[in-house]
Amino acid sequence: MYIIEMRNITKEFPGIIANDNITLQLKKGEIHALLGENGAGKSTLMSVLFGLYKQEKGSIYKNDEEVNITGPGDANSLGIGMVHQHFKLVHNFTVLENIVLGVETTQKGVLQMKDAREKVLALSKRYGFDINIDKEIRHISVGMQQRVEILKMLYRDNEILIFDEPTAVLTPQEIEALMKTMKDMAAEGKSILFITHKLDEIKQVADRCSVLRKGKMIGTVDVASTSKEELSEMMVGRKVALSLDKEEAKIGETILEVKNLNQKGKADESGKDKLKNISFNVKAGEILCIAGIEGNGQTDLVYALTGLEEIDSGEIFMEGKDISKAKIRERTESGIAHIPEDRHKHGLVLDYSLAYNTILQTYYTDTFQKGGFLKKQTILEYAKKLINRFDIRSGQGEETMTRSMSGGNQQKIILAREIDRDPKLLIAVQPTRGLDVGAIEYIHKQLLAQRDSGKAVLLISLELEEVMNVSDRILVMYEGEIVADVDPKQVTFQELGLYMSGAKRDEVKAV
Amino acid sequence: MNRSGVLNFLSSILVVIVGLLIGFIILLISDSGQALPAFATILTFGASSMRNAGDVLLFATPIILTGLSVAFAFRTGLFNIGASGQFTFGGFVAIFIGVEFLFLPPPIRILASIIAAALAGALWGAIPGLLKAYRNVHEVISCIMTNYIGMFFVNFLIINHLFDQGRGTSTRMPSDSNLPTMGLEHIFRDNIRASHVNSGIIITILIVILVYIILEKTTFGYELKACGFNKEAAKYAGINENRNIIFSMMISGALAGTAGALNFMNGTGLSMSIVDALAMEGFTGISVAFLGLNHPIGIIFSGILVSYLYLGGARMQLFGFSIEIVEIVISIIIYFCAFVFLVKSFLGNAIKNFGKKDEKSKKQDVSKGGTAV
Ligand SMILES: Nc1ncnc2c1ncn2[C@@H]1O[C@H](COP(=O)(O)OP(=O)(O)OP(=O)(O)O)[C@@H](O)[C@H]1O
Ligand SMILES: [Mg+2]
Repeated sequence: MYIIEMRNITKEFPGIIANDNITLQLKKGEIHALLGENGAGKSTLMSVLFGLYKQEKGSIYKNDEEVNITGPGDANSLGIGMVHQHFKLVHNFTVLENIVLGVETTQKGVLQMKDAREKVLALSKRYGFDINIDKEIRHISVGMQQRVEILKMLYRDNEILIFDEPTAVLTPQEIEALMKTMKDMAAEGKSILFITHKLDEIKQVADRCSVLRKGKMIGTVDVASTSKEELSEMMVGRKVALSLDKEEAKIGETILEVKNLNQKGKADESGKDKLKNISFNVKAGEILCIAGIEGNGQTDLVYALTGLEEIDSGEIFMEGKDISKAKIRERTESGIAHIPEDRHKHGLVLDYSLAYNTILQTYYTDTFQKGGFLKKQTILEYAKKLINRFDIRSGQGEETMTRSMSGGNQQKIILAREIDRDPKLLIAVQPTRGLDVGAIEYIHKQLLAQRDSGKAVLLISLELEEVMNVSDRILVMYEGEIVADVDPKQVTFQELGLYMSGAKRDEVKAV
Repeated sequence: MNRSGVLNFLSSILVVIVGLLIGFIILLISDSGQALPAFATILTFGASSMRNAGDVLLFATPIILTGLSVAFAFRTGLFNIGASGQFTFGGFVAIFIGVEFLFLPPPIRILASIIAAALAGALWGAIPGLLKAYRNVHEVISCIMTNYIGMFFVNFLIINHLFDQGRGTSTRMPSDSNLPTMGLEHIFRDNIRASHVNSGIIITILIVILVYIILEKTTFGYELKACGFNKEAAKYAGINENRNIIFSMMISGALAGTAGALNFMNGTGLSMSIVDALAMEGFTGISVAFLGLNHPIGIIFSGILVSYLYLGGARMQLFGFSIEIVEIVISIIIYFCAFVFLVKSFLGNAIKNFGKKDEKSKKQDVSKGGTAV
């Protein structure tokens, strides 16, 4: 008997069969991973289970009994909860308010929060969530927000928990903690469906893994007896190189030079200085990686370099030209490309078509306009070219609304747009977040190709694995300062970890 | 039409029907005997003769433009609730030129009136735009203020410069300052009289097409909409958001200002009265914009529809309804249109659920058949 069985589920969207006759069986108390390329249909399948979409064909059974799920309300009363790929929290509500939202207890129309507060505190303690339940959502980190989402499910006594790419937005430390939480929950008899692109995580926590490819179920395997290579082959349909071969870097001239950058903290935030005396260079032909735990100034540094925020003091030179005060567009035109950290906030206009998003940085150039009029045909053809080159998958090709695309494919639009502009400096902030292994391999190869064609690449990454594999040189940031400048070949994971946590630091001179 | 197109259309129709029903109920309550004929008048009057049809177009002219004004700002992420003040200001300037600039030959004078009205509206729109761009003042607040400032300022200007003592309103324009009818009076007439419909409606349709082209075909429109959809992404792309806010409010104001010009130059001898009330056209524009789902072409139809209902509604007085009841009913019908987005989301869900029930019943049929899967 399965606690949940989805039988022969088919779900179509305009132009695409997102789920094609999929059968998925979830055992009680197991952690069941769901693996598949970007756009394979994982989120869609889970949304069907959670009642957000209605399947065209197939049925869902709980403990062998057919159930009809017409909305999240039904799912909830069946004990099914979901943490979405992009969180759904009310930003100016407190943690506690978000948790009880929708299942509040009232007495004569007045909210009764006392019992709720106790229950939430007890749950939070049980799972070791160190969380202040009276803070507003907008003031807590992404990792904490996710805990709120988890607490929401626990508060509703859900026993079937769906996690859609929960780790994509977490720091390695937070991932560690989440893995432990998931194991604890499974040990208590909760059943977990876990979407991730990271094979290590699957190996670490999952009991079984189902693999989807292009909307079809490829199979369900026992994780312990299946290697990572086998898993990725099932998923992509070919062998994937999980590690990267790269040649020696041929270092050229300095492209980006940063001198004594300072950024004061804002009074309404923590008030701490965001950037302290940052100086470094990026040279043609190298991939310089900035490592660090999230929130140690990487975001502020990128904002300062790209012009999204003005700096308090310091200088930034692009090929010797001072751009410290230049406008965003001028910086872009000086040869900077930017793959932003938050694709929904900065990277995309979700209500524009795929094609319109590919020209976001170039729509005003003569290639795409004449006399102020957009060249529609050229734009569509250009988008088609990028779709082919970067394997961007969607329901309706270049005309697809970006909002309806899968997370990974949205990311590919940004990558395609920024890389194809042939920049001199590529600033890539977590470019592989949310991508499948095949796509990650592809992106890494693209970054290397950029480097090998004499471009400078500045990679900001939270993932040590990526940092170590891809970079030619590593700077570590801690509390707004650069605390290490190391060679990936001569540093160990442990050492890097020490730098990142602030336990160790070098005197770093500008190079 | 694709699925969402059908949904849009249906929700616009539905919202009008619901508004009409509520209006009907109010008529029933106030005088059940006359409710039915009065209601029938709302539905049929506008189409009962070519002359009435012409009047529908005549009154549609200004509200299509104020609707377009609201929609244009809306598409770029701004809520121009100041169309009323821009309309009044534009109207005043148009009348002023029509009355005072008699040394200009009529065609040039008319053109000057329209252009000056557009500029005046743009100026009035620029104020909230500038305040938003450089001082982060919410445009709704500053628009409300510019509405009142515009109204009182225009009252002041009329009293001091354009006052007709006898009528207590602005001086009447000479008839050659009005928009030419371009032969429309030969089409839109009944046996007795012709409608005053004039080239204003043609100018309006041309402007709608122009706005459509700006929004959908140009890089400028691309920028404006990008700001409207996602300000942060627009900033990332190096789009100058402040400049766009100002331009957008100016264009929006110019459209409302033009509405003022076309309204007061329509040849019916309208003049501005000294009243302490905001011009209604600006607010009707909100309904027209929403009912037309903020799409330029949709707004032509919604403007005509609202004008149609308004004109029919005004006739209800003939059935003994007091002017207050008439205005309540008309307002309910027209302002209810602004709920179209609410109705759209209801309708969307309803269709979804309907599909589900369908499936469910199918499934039950299968299970009744007794075939275990
Ligand atoms: N609401 C929607 N409307 C139209 N198409 C959609 C919608 N949601 C998903 N799709 C399409 O269905 C396919 C599957 O999308 P889904 O989000 O399930 O992928 P995924 O496996 O979760 O991918 P990722 O790993 O990138 O998140 C994609 O091609 C996507 O474009
Ligand atoms: Mg997904």
